[in-house]
Amino acid sequence: MVFFFQNLVNALQWGSFYALIALGYSMVYGILMLFNFAHGDIFMVGAYIGFGVATGITALASFGAIALPNWLILVLTIIISMFLTSFVGILVERLGYRPLREAPRASAAITGLMIGIILETGNLALLGAKRVRFPSLIETSTYNIGGVFVTNKKIMIVVVSLLLMFALHQFVRRTKWGMAMRAMAFDYVVVPLMGVPINTIAAMTFAIGSALAAAAGILFGVAYPVLDPYMGIVFGWKAFVAAILGGRGSILGATLAGFLLGFIEIFVAMIFPSTLRDLIAYSIILLILAFRPHGFFGEPYSARLRL
Amino acid sequence: MLLSVKNLRVSYDNIRALHGVDFQIGEGEIVCIIGANGAGKSTTLRAISRMVPVEEGTEMTFMDQDLLQYSADKVVSKLGISHVPEGRRLFGNLTIMENLKLATFARKDKEKIKEDLERVFDIFPRLEERKPQKSGTLSGGEQQMLAIGRAFMSGRKIMLLDEPSMGLAPLLMLSMFDALKELNKEGATILLVEQNARMALQFAQRGYVLESGSLVLEGSSEELLANPEVKNAYLGG
Ligand SMILES: Nc1ncnc2c1ncn2[C@@H]1O[C@H](COP(=O)(O)OP(=O)(O)OP(=O)(O)O)[C@@H](O)[C@H]1O
Ligand SMILES: [Mg+2]
Repeated sequence: MVFFFQNLVNALQWGSFYALIALGYSMVYGILMLFNFAHGDIFMVGAYIGFGVATGITALASFGAIALPNWLILVLTIIISMFLTSFVGILVERLGYRPLREAPRASAAITGLMIGIILETGNLALLGAKRVRFPSLIETSTYNIGGVFVTNKKIMIVVVSLLLMFALHQFVRRTKWGMAMRAMAFDYVVVPLMGVPINTIAAMTFAIGSALAAAAGILFGVAYPVLDPYMGIVFGWKAFVAAILGGRGSILGATLAGFLLGFIEIFVAMIFPSTLRDLIAYSIILLILAFRPHGFFGEPYSARLRL
Repeated sequence: MLLSVKNLRVSYDNIRALHGVDFQIGEGEIVCIIGANGAGKSTTLRAISRMVPVEEGTEMTFMDQDLLQYSADKVVSKLGISHVPEGRRLFGNLTIMENLKLATFARKDKEKIKEDLERVFDIFPRLEERKPQKSGTLSGGEQQMLAIGRAFMSGRKIMLLDEPSMGLAPLLMLSMFDALKELNKEGATILLVEQNARMALQFAQRGYVLESGSLVLEGSSEELLANPEVKNAYLGG
């Protein structure tokens, strides 16, 4: 039992990373019928921006000799980096995808892959092949809860992730922009007839997805401080799987599927040798998809694609 | 003139659908365009809404503004041209209330929005009863009411209606046209396109006949209803 809970904690942490990234994938897919294959790399860029911001704030604080507590630096880092990374997302949409709105979907998919490569190699060109270390802003402390060891970092990661997911949910449910997003996911062709500027909504969707990916990147950096330019690739693929598993454009679906992915991976690794982890984990997911081809909550895109 | 369209030409994939259409609508009028399948009725409305590109030489003005300077969403939010598209195209995943609210996305006049909403519910009490219901679960008639209500909410000066009578039983059709008359009294100019020529001409004051992308006839409703060609082609002899 203790063993189970120990793994549960790890699964929640990894599920948080996957879910946060999957949300951006899923929203863009739901609203624009587009797989943004550069999204994993935006997670990477977010982690690096977080690295830069954290290092910068720390330096500024020591330079100005103001004693900023580390937790505050981390909070500021998360907020500022989410903000900055959202502009990366907006730029990707504006330069990469918007010109291809009417083009075949394959062209858009290839564009995503190319943008991904550009972000990876651009990072290499800028910072060199040396890996960077995310500054350790929190001292790890470990709590023993009935034999289950939980670190403050893991708690923080899961709590911050859940808060962000809740905020997103409220945004999409309650604001007019969220309503416009839901309408676009249903039938984007007629949305301009409501007086809604769809380009603004599209940009906003990318901005939000990228900001969430940045948060995931920083949280990842807190737990596993070594960053490298290719760290986004595998995460991107896994989050993509979670987005599809969750169902087209479903926020709840992407969240649940992200956590499910974390659970399956961790619990497979608990039972089988870890070298078999992904083989078995992803065979299970393949099986789930075979029975639910539209994912948990997905509906096929039903609306006609023209007015 | 509220809306003036000159030499409107539209092509889809190099096949011309409208060959230079001219017409005008004055403030407060109810005008219809009738025509058979594929005549170009929907295309005409789409062009006014800037949902399809128009060809060189086309001139469209609305309240003396050059329509071609506006994007599709600005046509609605800045000029007040609202459009009930063919097949209604409600957002089935949103509730009735959300569908109505979405149409006010760009409006800032909170008080007026409230008034308009009350007007819509006055005219279509059914919608008020079902406010929290997903619009995808409405009956065909209710959907049409919502589509019209939604267009009214988007801040209309003119409402473009694409076959509003489609799929409605005769009684429902009559009450829908009554409701439109009400909205017209509120100050909404109406341009509707219809295959159901008799209904449309009984409702409108004036009409145009569109045939394979060109306007071939125009006149008051009485004139058109009495015209032998119209009788033959559109009123079943
Ligand atoms: N998106 C499109 N792509 C290509 N051709 C189109 C498109 N939309 C309409 N057309 C063509 O343009 C012509 C006019 O179509 P339009 O939809 O305007 O006719 P309509 O008068 O509204 O007909 P209906 O009464 O059937 O609705 C038709 O020949 C149609 O096939
Ligand atoms: Mg039509």
